[in-house]
Amino acid sequence: MSQTEPTSGTPQAHKLHLSREHALHLLREMLRIRAFEERCAELYTEEKIRGFLHLYCGEEAVAVGVMQALTPTDAVVATYREHGHALARGLPMDRLMAEMYGKQDGVSRGRGGSMHLFDAERRFYGGSAIVAGGIPLAVGLALADRMQGRDQVTACFFGEGAAAEGAFHESLNLAALWRLPVLFVCENNRYAMGTALERSESETDIARKAACYQIPSAALDGMNVIAIEAAAREAIAEVRAGDGPRFLECRTYRFRAHSMFDAQLYRDKAEVEAWKRKGPILRFRHWLEAAGMLDADTAERLDAEIERELAAAVDFAESSAWEPLEDLSRDVCGCVTRGEA
Amino acid sequence: MSGEAIQTTYREAVRAAIREALDRDERVFLMGEDVGRYGGCYAVTKGLYDDYGPERIRDTPLSECGFTGAGIGAAVGGMRPIVEIMTVNFSLLALDQILNNAATLRHMSGGQLKVPVVIRMATGAGKQLAAQHSHSLEAWYAHVPGLKVAAPATLEDARGMLWTALEDPDPVILFEHVMLYNRTGELAADADAVPLTGAAVRRDGTDVSLITYGGCLFKTLEAAEQLAADDIAAEVIDLRSLRPLDDATIMASVAKTHRAVIIDEGWRSGSLAAEVSARIMEQAFWELDAPVGRVCSAEVPIPYPRHLEHAALPQVPAIVAAAKATLGR
Repeated sequence: MSQTEPTSGTPQAHKLHLSREHALHLLREMLRIRAFEERCAELYTEEKIRGFLHLYCGEEAVAVGVMQALTPTDAVVATYREHGHALARGLPMDRLMAEMYGKQDGVSRGRGGSMHLFDAERRFYGGSAIVAGGIPLAVGLALADRMQGRDQVTACFFGEGAAAEGAFHESLNLAALWRLPVLFVCENNRYAMGTALERSESETDIARKAACYQIPSAALDGMNVIAIEAAAREAIAEVRAGDGPRFLECRTYRFRAHSMFDAQLYRDKAEVEAWKRKGPILRFRHWLEAAGMLDADTAERLDAEIERELAAAVDFAESSAWEPLEDLSRDVCGCVTRGEA
Repeated sequence: MSGEAIQTTYREAVRAAIREALDRDERVFLMGEDVGRYGGCYAVTKGLYDDYGPERIRDTPLSECGFTGAGIGAAVGGMRPIVEIMTVNFSLLALDQILNNAATLRHMSGGQLKVPVVIRMATGAGKQLAAQHSHSLEAWYAHVPGLKVAAPATLEDARGMLWTALEDPDPVILFEHVMLYNRTGELAADADAVPLTGAAVRRDGTDVSLITYGGCLFKTLEAAEQLAADDIAAEVIDLRSLRPLDDATIMASVAKTHRAVIIDEGWRSGSLAAEVSARIMEQAFWELDAPVGRVCSAEVPIPYPRHLEHAALPQVPAIVAAAKATLGR
């Protein structure tokens, strides 16, 4: 891989054999995320979901594209905007919704909520709400794999805001120095909460920062799921082959507010609308239709299936129990020790 | 202790513990700044690089946040890392990873993840290293649920706590006081792992309980010796574990002596001494014949000149005076 300008254009431009079945799978995965999050926003206004809620709408192509290239034994480290990653990684929607509610059947027993989704079995390691705080963890997971001779890759997602943190630079250096099997995926949605990239970075080309650590890096059109899958497959093959880390900067856009408390005074509505016209679902859907892969019946069936899954997830969350108070301090520590904390 | 004893130092005892851990468990490795080719800034790891190689004795860049976080990640991934941080002041650069990741992951994931990492660091003053190398911030770590914190003071604990810490399913922070590294003494040739938790009564007494840990233990034992010359029998308790605290041993001692002084190299405000004192008030108030006393460091950044550094730290005369004060003497 070499550093490039973001690729653009149609999915045909990429070397990926795309069967209709796989194409519909990609569409379905993006639609599931979109539907889940839109329902979450409604449930937030109904006060079923509380705390912070950071929605991924507009960025679905990144998580869905990258996850296609991972095997079940690979690891994923994500951020506090990770509903999409969790769904695309295969965490069940009903248990995710229960976690959004804070219920006991949630993926983290309800203790984490929206920002802290975990699933050890699927090697999904959160869910970190400290910007860049998950990156050293990903480097360590990769180090453990390397030292134990396991043929596994850790995919580490973070936003462009993370590039301002020391942990980002320390981790990239360490991963490159020790040639660890990490795929770094920067989801550059142009705003760190309300601060535009140009207002916070002297060098706004994030892929170039990674290249400074001798990590082969590429900037991609983050709205093109096919381009992302193709680049991720190539990068992960190189990482898995023992060639050290790779870095993908996916240039994307967040359609909704940073969180539910954000009045979005820092960007123009026209800018948001312009990006929505380039939306990953919209564009892919149009392309599938033009290519004769998606007809009205199929689209309707997909929507209906997702609606059923979502309704069942909400029912599951509603009927799940709250964790009993006596479990408050369960799992603070792994073993009982002499004395009291 | 049975059989043969060897003459050793605290530094060598820690090194022997690291060697044993590397030999016993192939998942164990050590990483930190200058732990390898240089041999460790306090020479604890001298010789290990030659014997175990660069994979298991890993020199890291100067990036405490990055490599401590990587140690935490490696522990989640099934390894048993020993992360060495040169000094507690530098550990502040890694505090995010220790608090927000190591301490939270188990509970926040609903019990799915475990973080069996061991983080060793030097602490304390006495070497004229001034205000960015000499502090005692053990209390900050002992404040945090999800961490275990211990301070080996004796050769037996320096030799024996590491293996137990590595066997523990949770993150363990081990504080090694810089003035202990050169201490010499006898250690059983077959010295083995010791429990990580539980306080130890280092000297029996009936008149006053002197409660301390880490670098202050030997000053406190010296003070107890001086008190004995004045017919005051001081009991000396070495906390050993700073989180969890062994309330039972503390309260049993206070129930016997009815007086307590806590000796802590941390600053008095918000200190471990404050925590122990509060617990005595909560659990043994009616046993007390005098207010609980404290001997802590002066509330200043530790200064460089020897006379000022000495004046800033708990010293034997102050411990003796505080103990006598509880007896009205």
